[in-house]
Amino acid sequence: MTFDAFDSVAWQLAFILVGGWLATDIWRWSGVLLGNRLKDESDMLVLVRCIATGLVAAVIAQLIVFPSGALGRETEASLRIAAALIGFMAYLAVGKKVAVGVGVSLLGLAAGMYFDV
Amino acid sequence: MTNNPDTSDAPPGNLHWFFAGQRLLMTIPAIVLMTAFIGFAGFAREVGLPAWQTVLITLIVWALPSKFLLVAAIQSGFGLVATFLTVTLSAARLMPMVGSLVPELRGPKTRTITLLFLSHFVAITAWVVSMERLRDVPREHRTVFFAGFAISLTIACALIVALVYVLAPSLPDIVLATLFFLTPTYFLCSLWGSARERAGHIAMASGLVLAPMIYLILPGYNILLTGIIAGGLAFTYHLVHKRWAS
Repeated sequence: MTFDAFDSVAWQLAFILVGGWLATDIWRWSGVLLGNRLKDESDMLVLVRCIATGLVAAVIAQLIVFPSGALGRETEASLRIAAALIGFMAYLAVGKKVAVGVGVSLLGLAAGMYFDV
Repeated sequence: MTNNPDTSDAPPGNLHWFFAGQRLLMTIPAIVLMTAFIGFAGFAREVGLPAWQTVLITLIVWALPSKFLLVAAIQSGFGLVATFLTVTLSAARLMPMVGSLVPELRGPKTRTITLLFLSHFVAITAWVVSMERLRDVPREHRTVFFAGFAISLTIACALIVALVYVLAPSLPDIVLATLFFLTPTYFLCSLWGSARERAGHIAMASGLVLAPMIYLILPGYNILLTGIIAGGLAFTYHLVHKRWAS
């Protein structure tokens, strides 16, 4: 049953509470109640972290390659990929400063749109 | 010059430490995070979530990767079970984070219920900054200091989300497109930086390459499939590497 399965605010609220709030806070509460049982280096946690990283990477790629809305209308995929790559290289070059990576990417994208690349 | 020795010599109380925590909103990691929420608001708006749901998600999910996946799951038409699985997989890392924060946070009279409440405001940025600063705070004031920082940060981000939502219709497409681009670029950098081991970098790189390819074949399932395949590849590397090292 998807988020839009019923045209009902109550269903959407329940979807957000279960799929969002419960799905995250059970881990925080377990952290308080059970302490640091999952060792940081345990294989189980490495596996979970790897899948989580893969999931977020998938959404990053989707937003860069197949975005919806204004970004999809205003820009070509090649510009977005180039802007993201330049920003990421800048991020690595300055010793992993997120603000620099994001700033360079956005400037690259804005410049590309302005000069209609 | 009416300096009252009684009050000036008293050690700073809870109120002082609450505001000391709140002042951490003006640190670089907090400011970068607040900027990322501009992007999140743009993303949720594009997906078609109303303002109240976007603000609600900001307040009750709070960890940005989990929110990001929740909204992407809604957009891709995931069922509730698949959504829960996707989000919860991204949130499991909160358990060891909270587990390591609690011993720093707990004072002589701290109740468990207080810690359960405060744990909600733990996410990567709040955790990194708190782990760094809590040691400079007297133990009996640490929960208040953390509340001053983490709760204020959550509320500030929720306000930013609401504000972007209100302003968005009056912004030109070029600005909207740039705001929307903030989210993927923020994660591109922060996800790389937060990876603890090489396997994390492999999961990220293979996820970035696989997702668009799987999208062309199975659009509705590409996020979940990519997560499992990229995560599995990276984990296999981790196991093989460990075997080799030992």
